Amino acid sequence: MCLAIPGKIVEVSSTDNQDFALVDVVGVRRKIDLGLIRDDNPVPGDWVLIHVGFAMSKISEADANDQINTLRMLGEIDGAMQEVRGYGLEDIN
Amino acid sequence: MRYVDEFRQPELISRAADEIRRLAGGRHYRMMEVCGGHTHAIYRFGLKDILPENIELIHGPGCPVCVLPMGRIDDGLSIAQYPNVIFAAFGDMMRVPGTQGSPLEHKARGMDVRIVYSPSDALKLARTNPDKHVMFFAIGFETTAPSTALVLMRAKAEGIRNFSVFCNHVTIIPAIRAILDSPDMRLDAFIGPGHVSTVIGCRPYEWIAHNERKPIVVSGFEPLDMLQSIIMLLHQLKAGESKVENQYKRVVPWEGNRAALKAMAEVFELRPYFEWRGLGFISQSALRLNERYAQWDAERQFEIPGIRVTDPKAAQCGEVLKGVLKPHQCKLFGRECTPEHPIGALMVSSEGSCAAYHNYEHRKAAMVSLSSIA
Repeated sequence: MCLAIPGKIVEVSSTDNQDFALVDVVGVRRKIDLGLIRDDNPVPGDWVLIHVGFAMSKISEADANDQINTLRMLGEIDGAMQEVRGYGLEDIN
Repeated sequence: MRYVDEFRQPELISRAADEIRRLAGGRHYRMMEVCGGHTHAIYRFGLKDILPENIELIHGPGCPVCVLPMGRIDDGLSIAQYPNVIFAAFGDMMRVPGTQGSPLEHKARGMDVRIVYSPSDALKLARTNPDKHVMFFAIGFETTAPSTALVLMRAKAEGIRNFSVFCNHVTIIPAIRAILDSPDMRLDAFIGPGHVSTVIGCRPYEWIAHNERKPIVVSGFEPLDMLQSIIMLLHQLKAGESKVENQYKRVVPWEGNRAALKAMAEVFELRPYFEWRGLGFISQSALRLNERYAQWDAERQFEIPGIRVTDPKAAQCGEVLKGVLKPHQCKLFGRECTPEHPIGALMVSSEGSCAAYHNYEHRKAAMVSLSSIA
């Protein structure tokens, strides 16, 4: 639960005063919540660290690659991808 | 050095290890890594094999699943016994045993238990199941609590009434304080949590440095991050200093995430006290929903037994959690208690020190003894 997942913002959208982003995480695209980093004005092309479906902070591309590498080395990449695929209840019947 | 060949910068790793050996000299240092993610990384990367023996790493309480007492799991499951209630929780919670079994075992017996990967999805379940009540079993430190807060703010704004949160969010600082107050705990320094600090920043650790005179370095999760943090701690210890330093500057801002802190302040208040597995009752160490969010507070909406459940007598989770015992020194370790059949929560989560130790150290030891037979 401590390990955040990096993703690249593809598209930013707003509904009912709530900000969302379509992010790409190692080829998987899901919608995440931007509510916690609104002050940082996230835009397409930015990299963010994601935790339980929320962007926690903006990071550089190099750091995003480092974090993916860390998840791989920790044997957590499958779990992280399962989490990302699960955002939006896609896996739930 | 089992995993060194997987590292991206093996020469840097060796150089860092040499520097640690040189700085540590002949003295024995006890350093606590607070975060469960660091515990996992230390075992997975085999850092223990790289570090000299006189650098002892003590595993801290930073695994939210592991510090949750069994009584809270029972309480959460008791709410799900009410008619038309959906029990929603992160996957990490599913195999954690309550007295009558884990959430997953309750699901097998017919309870409506759903895995969600985000608190937003628990709220989405409530929107799509208007005839049901969705109870989100919230766990986590300050990394997760702001997301729960934001979702509750949305539930309130949208007037969604068939949703509640059973709040088990805990805060890291009081747990560190309890460990420092514990008479059987002797520590020289702390490796501070990485992702918790993206939210709370570095300032809340200043009392550890100023009042307790212990150095603390907020650290990243790569092997080189952790080795560099240990070097920074040793420099402070050698110079007789105690400061808060930030090794993970590329991710952790000194002031934390203001929007996240604001969301937490809007929704939560501190509980007067909360029970931590292994550490006992710690004052002002956990969050609950404040009066403004009473309608979404599962503890106020449902009657819960609130019975304190003691851990199985033979299990020594408490001693392991406090770092007094190493995982393999527990009587049940690897015999009655394994990752496949966990008795204590430390064996359930990959961030729990028992599961991490079992997955890497224990298997490594088994391989060595097998190869010596062959």
